[in-house]
Amino acid sequence: MLGKYLGLHAEPPTWLRWVLGILPFLLLVVVYVTTSDARLEENPNDKLFPSIETMADSMVRIATEPDKRSGDILLVKDTVTSLSRLGKGIGLAALVGLLVGLNAAFFPVFRHLVMPFVTALSNVPPLAVMPILMIIVGTEDQFKVILIFIGTVFVLSRDIFRSADAIPKEQITKALTLGASQFGVVYRVMLPQVLPKLLSSVRIVLGAAWLFLIAAEAVASTEGLGYRIFLVRRYLAMDLIIPYVLYITALAFVMDQALRFALRVGFPWFREE
Amino acid sequence: MSTGSESNDLLFLENTSVAYGDLVILHDIDLRMQKGEFCTVVGPSGCGKSTLLRLVLGQQRATSGRLLLNGHPLGRADPTRGIVFQHYSLFPHLTVLQNVIQGHVLPGLPFFLRGAKRRRVEAEAMAYLDEAGIADQAKKYPHQLSGGQKQRAAIIQAILTHPDIVLMDEPFSALDPGTREDMQQLLLRLWIEHDLTVLFVTHDLEEAVFLGTRLIALSKYYSDGRSASPDQHGARIVVDLMLRERNLLPDATIKSEAKFAKLIEQIKNQAFDPEAFQHVLTHDLSHPDAYFTLDDIQARQPS
Repeated sequence: MLGKYLGLHAEPPTWLRWVLGILPFLLLVVVYVTTSDARLEENPNDKLFPSIETMADSMVRIATEPDKRSGDILLVKDTVTSLSRLGKGIGLAALVGLLVGLNAAFFPVFRHLVMPFVTALSNVPPLAVMPILMIIVGTEDQFKVILIFIGTVFVLSRDIFRSADAIPKEQITKALTLGASQFGVVYRVMLPQVLPKLLSSVRIVLGAAWLFLIAAEAVASTEGLGYRIFLVRRYLAMDLIIPYVLYITALAFVMDQALRFALRVGFPWFREE
Repeated sequence: MSTGSESNDLLFLENTSVAYGDLVILHDIDLRMQKGEFCTVVGPSGCGKSTLLRLVLGQQRATSGRLLLNGHPLGRADPTRGIVFQHYSLFPHLTVLQNVIQGHVLPGLPFFLRGAKRRRVEAEAMAYLDEAGIADQAKKYPHQLSGGQKQRAAIIQAILTHPDIVLMDEPFSALDPGTREDMQQLLLRLWIEHDLTVLFVTHDLEEAVFLGTRLIALSKYYSDGRSASPDQHGARIVVDLMLRERNLLPDATIKSEAKFAKLIEQIKNQAFDPEAFQHVLTHDLSHPDAYFTLDDIQARQPS
């Protein structure tokens, strides 16, 4: 009887899987709320663990009331700014990574020219390059875009190279016997096969891209999601930081799911290995 | 045995060798093929059957020799040759119909066929798919097909552009026996209806003897008066037989006949037996188009 629920051969029913999945979240919330309540009872001005109501109030305020100085709604402005930086950086990296990886996989001279370089540079920790970037390009928008680009383009290039290189070489010959030109082989036969792999690689580097975005915004910025949470840290404004982190997490989750959806709908033939 | 003359041959190979440094794969291959032939290639594993096919395909370069297709030197792969591999013949991102019409799509621009031309090409493709019994699979992707269906589509893909010669590298070797027999029947039907010329590599002797109008066996187990061990020289054609007339289908019952089994036994002895060290001058090269050129060292009589 218990064997159904314990050990190597357990077969938990669907309802139990849901309960198990939700349990850690529930636990976290309960621990937070009890800690928060206890501390607020002792000191109503405690800032470390604000109550859920306080957090909700702060979040609603920043999401609806225009800022006194600029007149902007800060949450909207932060979101637009951050997502635009993220999109530019990762979009550029995806385009360059696709072209580099694809051509390196099929044109040997290009491969020997770029792959050792790409492999070497992919070992440079991007955050260590940050001061160099700040000195050269300043601290404006392009600094954040370039940091995200540098942080992801080498991984993407190598990923695309590996995927394209894994396509059976028979397909090159096959396409040639069907009348494709050399560029036709690469751009009409191989490129469409690599596109879904690009999307799944982008999904993987998205986490790193967020890291570089928030790091760059923390260091030097005047707006953006990362800027906001590091700014209000000075006032220990946990009531804003915690919901902002949840909001950023939700954005990342939605982007990941959107890419997954695009992959499924746009490339029905694609099988992830 | 006749002497080499390339004038009317569809395929002409003379003194063709392939070597990687000291390792010789193919040694001094001489081969002439006529239009309409169904030539099967057999030989012990590792003897270079696929290498020979890749030479004709243009996927691999000969170390030496003269190779002509329709009188023109063989270059890199192009639409004069069609190919069916054991795997990976179909493009995974295209449906069956899209796959088989690629021979009309890939050359030149635009990227997609439109209007009347598209309707004409697709109608022709559907007729072929119907002939191969997979018209109902036209909208599916390769990963949704069975092994046999994939190879049916691959054959149609290769012949739809009417190449001068269709090359097949173990196309049925990954299929189960029942499917394989169906595929053999289909291939013979397409071959006779569309007047195909086929060069068919297989490790299955029975398949080779059944399908071919002509059979050639490659082997390293021969003696030419130079080296004692087969590891020191490349494979050459040790058997070249005419099995039936160029425009005939094999009898359905031939597989159960005694002479069928006897022929297989005979080819085994000549090409597959490591102990069989026949001299190059005593090989059974009885096909009317068989020929070979010998240099003076090889022509030495067995000692």
